[in-house]
Amino acid sequence: MSATNLKLKPQAPPQSPPQVIALEPAARPRLDSRLPRFATQTVTNLLPLLVTLTFFTLAWQLICASPDSSLPAPTRVLEESWELIAHPFYIGQGVDQGLFWHVFASLQRVALGYAMAAAVGVALGTLVGQSELAMRGLDPIFQVLRTVPPLAWLPLSLAAFQDGNPSAIFVIFITAIWPIIINTAVGIRNIPQDYQNVARVLRLNGFEYFAKIMLPAAAPYIFTGLRIGIGLSWLAIVAAEMLIGGVGIGFFIWDAWNSSLISDIIVALIYVGIVGFLLDRIIALIGRAVARGTANA
Amino acid sequence: MPKSYLSLELIDKTFERGGTRSEVLKQVSLAVDKGEFISIIGHSGCGKSTLLNIVAGLTQATSGVVLLDGQVVDEPGPDRAVVFQNHSLLPWLTVYENVRLAVDKVFSATRTRGERHEWTMRNLELVQMAHAADKRPSEVSGGMKQRVGIARSLAMEPKVLLLDEPFGALDALTRAHLQDQVMQIHATLGNTVLMITHDVDEAVMLSDRIVMMTNGPSARIGEILAVPLARPRRRIELASDRTYLKCREAVLKFLYARHRFVEAAE
Repeated sequence: MSATNLKLKPQAPPQSPPQVIALEPAARPRLDSRLPRFATQTVTNLLPLLVTLTFFTLAWQLICASPDSSLPAPTRVLEESWELIAHPFYIGQGVDQGLFWHVFASLQRVALGYAMAAAVGVALGTLVGQSELAMRGLDPIFQVLRTVPPLAWLPLSLAAFQDGNPSAIFVIFITAIWPIIINTAVGIRNIPQDYQNVARVLRLNGFEYFAKIMLPAAAPYIFTGLRIGIGLSWLAIVAAEMLIGGVGIGFFIWDAWNSSLISDIIVALIYVGIVGFLLDRIIALIGRAVARGTANA
Repeated sequence: MPKSYLSLELIDKTFERGGTRSEVLKQVSLAVDKGEFISIIGHSGCGKSTLLNIVAGLTQATSGVVLLDGQVVDEPGPDRAVVFQNHSLLPWLTVYENVRLAVDKVFSATRTRGERHEWTMRNLELVQMAHAADKRPSEVSGGMKQRVGIARSLAMEPKVLLLDEPFGALDALTRAHLQDQVMQIHATLGNTVLMITHDVDEAVMLSDRIVMMTNGPSARIGEILAVPLARPRRRIELASDRTYLKCREAVLKFLYARHRFVEAAE
């Protein structure tokens, strides 16, 4: 060992001056190799998507190219709705707003209704998951009510609230709550006996058990419910707003239809899709952060 | 009869399911002194886990009573800490937090935050797990999880420590290592321990007395064997120790000659 050390030492000084020069070319290929790797990764991830997008746009263009086509081709959408695409933050009179503000108004309704659904849903789900009696009494009702289509609630809530906005929020609430209740209940019911035994040996009280065992143990299930719920909310808000009116992406689409602005509808649909996708991803991300560790027991 | 620290008196346990009654334990009585290490051994299905759960308070005996330090046991509590077979750590908490949860609960009124932190770390050090305090259970090995489980139980300062086949799921080398650790902890702290096992060597190695259960249904205590081996016990020396071999033989004879496990009886 000492012999090799001795050999290395005299070798080191003569090597160090050229090392400075040698390091630079060494660093350069590293950066060069990292960049292409990142680029290749992005390309391999995005390329298939770009190909399909191009293909669909081309097909759409070809199918709707003729001037008497009932639906506009992509080029015509760009041409006719350029104002809309270019000025999402435009502020005008009444319902004449940029698309961002329509989406924002819809999101506000969803946020309110969904937040209430999440709070009430987790509470009810916990009740049903924990108590056999509550399950027998409530579960059949939930199972029947959850099959009622969201829009079927709208006339009833309009009658109850006498106003469009709270009715829309109620529709979101009633749409999102069922998957949250049902998944929470399943999660609570599936808490392993081991954790319950630990809680009993430690004599955790009701609240401690709820906060320290139940919620974390059921978190993956709860977030599955929350994720389904946010998707359904977004589906429901667009439909509800079509009937209620006012600022909102749903009414914007309905208004565009009434004014025969088919290109505007297409732009709005792209907005709706992307916002829905983002909402789903946000809840999934939160869920992954909160439920970290629970999934792999 | 002098009062013992932990006493089980005429424990019966009958399970009833769909109209069929099955008697699991019949007339089980046992007296354990303070600081004693007792193993309960028997074939699977003999109700030894049920017996432990009754002492833990997790299961209620059909009749009979468990007395610990003069008090009747009728519900679970931290004075009878259980180390479960499958560790039962909460996967969303770190190793430290798992132990701290127990410490916070048991000593919330009597110790300050700083003291509770120290006590948590001390117990982790006792099982040599302080280095992994911030890891999650999924990031450490099976043997380490079981050590954390032991630390969590010890941290409650239980009157009696209940071990439910604590090393059953571990490989032989890890198991031997943990057995040595448990022996050392027992020597240092002098806990009263009740351990369920189906490993003859483990029982002889660790216990002061071995309680041998007959086969179920209606299992009872068949025989109690005192292990007159001096402590500290060393694995390698014991391998050729005559007393050790005799004890081992006695347990084996009980299990395989007199109360052979009959599959058809299940």
